[in-house]
Amino acid sequence: MNPSNGKGSVSMASSSGGWKAGDVVLDQFPAGLRVLVVDDDPTCLVILEKMLRACLYEVTKCNRAEIALSQLRENKNGFDIVISDVHMPDMDGFKLLEHIGLEMDLPVIMMSADDGKNVVMKGVTHGACDYLIKPVRIEALKNIWQHVVRKRKNEWKDLEHSGSMEDGDRQQKPSEDVDYSSSANEGNWKGSKKRKDEDEETEERDDSSTLKKPRVVWSVELHQQFVAAVNQLGIDKAVPKKILELMNVPGLTRENVASHLQKYRLYLRRLSGVSQHHSSLNNSFVSNQEAAFGAMSSLNGLDLQTFAVTGQLPAQSLATLQAAGLGRSTTKTGIPMPLVDQRNLFSFENPKSRYGEGQQQQHLSSSKPVNLLHGIPTTMEPKQLAALHHSTPSLGGMSIQVNTRGGQSNSLLMQMPQPQSREQILNESTGSHVPRLPSPIGQPIMSNGIAGGVIGRNGIGDSGRGTLYSHVPPTSSMVSFPLNHPTELASNSFPLGSTPRISNVTSKGPFQEEVNAEIKGSAGFMPSYDIFNELHQHKSQDWELQDLQFNASQNANPVEGNLDVSPSVLVHPGYSSSQRIGQNRTASAIGRTIYSGIEGTEQGNTQIIGQNLNNLLADNPVRVKAERIPDSCNQTTLFPGHFGQEDLMSALLKQQPGGIGSTETEFDFDGYSMDNIPV
Amino acid sequence: MERNQMRRQVALTRQSLFDQGFLDEQFIQLEELQDDANPNFVEEVVTLYYRDSSRIIVNIDQALERNPLDFNKLDNYMHQFKGSSTSIGAKKVKAECTQFREYCRAGNGEGCMRTLQQLKKEYAVLKRRLETYFQ
Repeated sequence: MNPSNGKGSVSMASSSGGWKAGDVVLDQFPAGLRVLVVDDDPTCLVILEKMLRACLYEVTKCNRAEIALSQLRENKNGFDIVISDVHMPDMDGFKLLEHIGLEMDLPVIMMSADDGKNVVMKGVTHGACDYLIKPVRIEALKNIWQHVVRKRKNEWKDLEHSGSMEDGDRQQKPSEDVDYSSSANEGNWKGSKKRKDEDEETEERDDSSTLKKPRVVWSVELHQQFVAAVNQLGIDKAVPKKILELMNVPGLTRENVASHLQKYRLYLRRLSGVSQHHSSLNNSFVSNQEAAFGAMSSLNGLDLQTFAVTGQLPAQSLATLQAAGLGRSTTKTGIPMPLVDQRNLFSFENPKSRYGEGQQQQHLSSSKPVNLLHGIPTTMEPKQLAALHHSTPSLGGMSIQVNTRGGQSNSLLMQMPQPQSREQILNESTGSHVPRLPSPIGQPIMSNGIAGGVIGRNGIGDSGRGTLYSHVPPTSSMVSFPLNHPTELASNSFPLGSTPRISNVTSKGPFQEEVNAEIKGSAGFMPSYDIFNELHQHKSQDWELQDLQFNASQNANPVEGNLDVSPSVLVHPGYSSSQRIGQNRTASAIGRTIYSGIEGTEQGNTQIIGQNLNNLLADNPVRVKAERIPDSCNQTTLFPGHFGQEDLMSALLKQQPGGIGSTETEFDFDGYSMDNIPV
Repeated sequence: MERNQMRRQVALTRQSLFDQGFLDEQFIQLEELQDDANPNFVEEVVTLYYRDSSRIIVNIDQALERNPLDFNKLDNYMHQFKGSSTSIGAKKVKAECTQFREYCRAGNGEGCMRTLQQLKKEYAVLKRRLETYFQ
């Protein structure tokens, strides 16, 4: 055996057995798993290679990180998993980890002789799916395939959540096999999960086993373009090919568009069916909140930004969102962060400038929630949690969290202490409430409000994608939709409840009104959440933009400061909604609702809400939240602008009359359940 | 007969390496990787190790001659060296590495140099023993 040790030489020792990945993989999985090993130490490299071969994997070794990256880039679907050393002379292992997560979204395992807690933690926060201590034993390598499966499963889950729609879509769009393949990749491993789908799956499987389609990161702008194109064509007539042409984005393939479209459709569908999810979230809220907060903290990186915008969103909602999403993944709290970070890289470039202030705040706020999360039982819907967990490694993970949170957040939002009915509303409003949650969650918040259920889905689905939007979208979708669904309105009363929360958030003052407004808006949006979640994911980026918009349009002034919470999160929701505003989809609407609540754009609503808020504010617990949220709130104000406050306002206004009166009282008390969230 | 004796000899040599603390379980892992397809895997790895690690030792020597001492750099080198040594299961060498890093962290140049001497000794002894073993 010749160790290929040239410095800088990469030995493409691929086939141990000369298998054709595609053929064999399916049958003999995990044999044939394509592993890329990166380590500057030739001795270790050789030993690892030998061990991996002994596990029947296909191994490629690399002693330079740069070379490894270029290899990955050239051969986007050529590897299933990457193992990398931490200390390397040319590039830090964590940096490589980030790159891989962002660009290719492959599971990455870190290893080092260093077993210090800090280093391991760093691995977690940067998104590594595992950390091995050297000397690495072959037993440890035998199970690395689990990370591949898990990741695919999560992605798959996202798709699955989309529900039958996907399947249906699949059938309808034979031309879109390709996308399916990407989604099917995961499915392949999953085995039966998608077997029932059409033949496409089979085809996809073949493809996927060999190729994992390169992930496309659906940035906010990209998503906006996408939605614009879809709207232009008409949702029914929107076919990937035409959308692709309209978007005119170089490098984007029809498959990418097709899969994104699929998600989008599911999202829209979800919006219509969102109401059901809410109730389930109720219980989880309380606990979620805490979890959410914790989760939120982890999200800090990204969340902050997104939430910053959504800052408006009740900190609680964020917390809930996080909690919800993270609740389960408490252990994974670390992971969300990486996602967030990654997101930041991608989508937050813009928001950053805008939210600069918000962001900072977010961080502050986000840090707080962290504690919360740990203790919080995650009632989050299993899906959501799962989504969260899985997604964590990648950006997608983030989204999941957001998503789950969304569902959860609903519960948190629900905290608003209202009875079940509220929860539903909350769920819906979660999207809007999201601001309440600590900004870090920013994104999740959005989803929270929205349909807890939806969120879960989105989160999961998105996370699989690893796209940025996963984070944000879930929430956003929720928000915007409520507008359209009358049923959601029922929850309207809820919004009021939520407003109370918001008021908490807004304790800062200016926000109060806004919060109310948001809450109102959110109620209406609830239904949309579901849809948004999916959309959100894509939209997360959009939201950022939206958030900004909202701020502008809305009163945002007070809120702006607070919104630290990842504006991006808010942005998206609002964003999509604006586009869709006509339709229930307005994912952005959700964001808007959130914002509107915060910003108090809805004057009418605000008034009513204001009262509620005031009440709420009175309570200390609320305050606590408000404090936290203020940061985030500020940010949220930013976003509301995007969302198209008009829609929100109208939604809110509609809802107000009915629910406000009754909900107020309830909210006051419930709203403060936020106490749970450690301030 | 002779072969048996030889085998027994080899087994004893090998056992002594473990008993005397030169090698640890990691070495066994390497042995387990050896198979008919790669009958000399362990030997190849060890050879590779010595080749690569001697380079690191040179770097460390040079770094120790600098004034003032860059402990960070020294620590990095030693981390690398330790990683390699751990991979082949060089127990005593690894212990010296750890000691060296301790001194680095304490900023003890004297201690570093002394430990390095010790390390080189162990390193050389192991090399000899392994060479004998492989023959």
